[in-house]
Amino acid sequence: MTTAPKTGLMAESVKDAAIAATLVAVLGFFFFALRTDIGTGGLDLTYRWGLWFIAIAIVFAGRLLLNLFVFKTSRPVTSHLNISVPAGLMGPIGKVLGPLLLVIALTLPFIVMVVYPDRDRQFIDLAILIMTYVMLGWGLNIVVGLAGLLDLGYVAFYAVGAYSFALLAQYFSIGFWTALPLAGLLAATWGIILGYPVLRLRGDYLAIVTLAFGEIIRVVLLNWYEFTGGPDGISGIPKPSFFGLDFSRTGGFAEFFNLDYDSIHRFIYLYYIILILALITNFVTLRLRKLPVGRAWEALREDEIACRSLGINTTNTKLTAFSIGAMFAGFAGSFFATRQGFISPESFTFLESAIILSIVVLGGLGSQVGVVIASVVMIGGIELLRNLGFLKDIFGPDFEPTQYRMLIFGLAMVLIMVWKPRGIISSRNPSAVYKERKKIGSDMVAQGEGH
Amino acid sequence: MEPAMKTTSTYNWDSNVVLSVEHLTMRFGGLVAIDDLSFNVGRGDITALIGPNGAGKTTVFNCVTGFYKPTEGRIVMRHGEGFQSEKIEALTRTGRQYNDDGDDRVFLLERMPDFEIAKRAKVARTFQNIRLFGGMTALENLLVAQHNPLMLASLMTVGGIFNLPGYRKARAEAIDFAAYWLEKTGLVERADDPAADLPYGDQRRLEIARAMCTRPHLLCLDEPAAGLNPRESTELNNLLQYIRREHDTSILLIEHDMGVVMEISDHVVVLDYGQKISDGSAENVRNDPRVISAYLGVDEDEVAAVEEEIDMPVRHASDKSEDDKGGQS
Repeated sequence: MTTAPKTGLMAESVKDAAIAATLVAVLGFFFFALRTDIGTGGLDLTYRWGLWFIAIAIVFAGRLLLNLFVFKTSRPVTSHLNISVPAGLMGPIGKVLGPLLLVIALTLPFIVMVVYPDRDRQFIDLAILIMTYVMLGWGLNIVVGLAGLLDLGYVAFYAVGAYSFALLAQYFSIGFWTALPLAGLLAATWGIILGYPVLRLRGDYLAIVTLAFGEIIRVVLLNWYEFTGGPDGISGIPKPSFFGLDFSRTGGFAEFFNLDYDSIHRFIYLYYIILILALITNFVTLRLRKLPVGRAWEALREDEIACRSLGINTTNTKLTAFSIGAMFAGFAGSFFATRQGFISPESFTFLESAIILSIVVLGGLGSQVGVVIASVVMIGGIELLRNLGFLKDIFGPDFEPTQYRMLIFGLAMVLIMVWKPRGIISSRNPSAVYKERKKIGSDMVAQGEGH
Repeated sequence: MEPAMKTTSTYNWDSNVVLSVEHLTMRFGGLVAIDDLSFNVGRGDITALIGPNGAGKTTVFNCVTGFYKPTEGRIVMRHGEGFQSEKIEALTRTGRQYNDDGDDRVFLLERMPDFEIAKRAKVARTFQNIRLFGGMTALENLLVAQHNPLMLASLMTVGGIFNLPGYRKARAEAIDFAAYWLEKTGLVERADDPAADLPYGDQRRLEIARAMCTRPHLLCLDEPAAGLNPRESTELNNLLQYIRREHDTSILLIEHDMGVVMEISDHVVVLDYGQKISDGSAENVRNDPRVISAYLGVDEDEVAAVEEEIDMPVRHASDKSEDDKGGQS
């Protein structure tokens, strides 16, 4: 009795795999089996039957295995993939995780200096980069995660912030700390200017137009040569000072505090600047969530028409979300400018918007800790993949791991989204509690416009 | 010139009017959804808007609450007592949306955007297909409804960020007010559950509670009893009676459940094909041959025959004399 369905499964799987293999044989014939080279007096035709057969065999075997263990079997292997932390454990972990991450973030430069004294500069620089994306992720989380407005042009405000500081420094010799609030203000203003016409749109249209606005800003920066330097960018952007002390070899920070001059001081200082900026972003976001304006953002994400029926001015509410998100991008942008010392439109392509958005989506819309985890995984992960030297030992000296890092990265993202379709941390924390705080499951929470 | 100006009438909806719809017409392209409709809603009354499917009831609601802009006509909301005709005529000529007369304000709803109607004219509504904030708790839903006063108390967020005492107090009061309505709708136990998790009947009541949290002068309910079982229907009746009795809120409702309509309505307006076919007390409307013919889908003179066929009680001739009272000049 028990063997009957098994043979049925085997026969079905083989049949299905054979169909797939046939398809590959037909399609692959022209790609794998035949190859044309430019030879004398025309094209030479070479046959590569081996390659063709290997391709067919791989598809047949792969499809067969997938059929046997995933597609057709009653107990797919992937069901074991659905690992979830037991509910009892989740509470304590959730409570400890935030403070733990904070402590790690506060002490990170010193941990790195102790653990990796040789490569401390590189690792602190990486931490600065990750922290920048954490801040950008938190800023975009206001727009996408809370207000539910899909913004594909977020990098535009990052660019506005960076160029605001660079241009202010170039034309008016304004320092970082004076320029920082100005850059945030300018970015927020641009958020309102761009947001006003855009926010009447809904769904996919909103996403497309924000994408276009992002590109417009970049193209303007690229082509307004007299003002922005165009593709040459702006260089010589001043570094931030520590209460008037520069991080220079003589007469600066090290001398004042009787330390030996070390360029690592500046890296640590930059790290703490971005950490504080990011923490301010986090604090403001968490507070706003519990205020009427933040609750209105979330209500807007849930149901815009119901919001209007309750007397909420939805245009203004969307604009506040858009401009506050833009302001934080502006802060991050001017930090980026001072850290790099050089900016050009190259740094503000659509890919940046896409990375920030995927950090937010991967982390879980609206989740603050999720953004941190996603940034570490995404940005740290990309950098880690640069250092996959050991793969050369496996695949031979010709293997160049850096060429595969985007592929591995993409696969990893697909896997995470299969495992957790609504992001790593997808439950919602209510903004007000009557008796007992209960987490709200992701299946209840709406995603808003354009997702 | 104005409909229902008869001050001699004994009916509340003729003398003490909170909302008047005057010559309202709504066209969608070539389709006339509402055709020259006029009726009044009396202050403190429960007014039912009934009619067969497609009669234009929800369209009237959408015009009153600003979700549609009417093609023609005037919709006046009054916060003060009396008809205030002169004030309204003057306001109509100025082109403004409402006047600033303290507590006695009048509003021309057809000129106002939807959120301003909820915010200033104090008209709240519910929806035929429930529109709660599903991912937010019942309590949060009721706090969103108090957005505007809380926003002011938080000094447009600035005071809120620094958690100033003024905001803390307003927030505590808002939660108390929400708790009051949760208790009145029997949802206290579910206060911290997401709205999408509540059973259907609870969701209907939560939507009413949310509308009440905007402290409306007029509450518009679009089929509040749809999908409720008889027990829930009775609870709803009690809730609506309570709101009308204790809260100085007039109620305008669309309803198909005639049991609910006849039991609680003071005033019934009947629509068919976008026109008013009857207007009066529940008893009058029940016996109006035009209403019966509209609902049965037959001509007026065939009503008696059909009624006999389906075994309905035969009406007395004296009932007919009360037909067409009120709202028709």
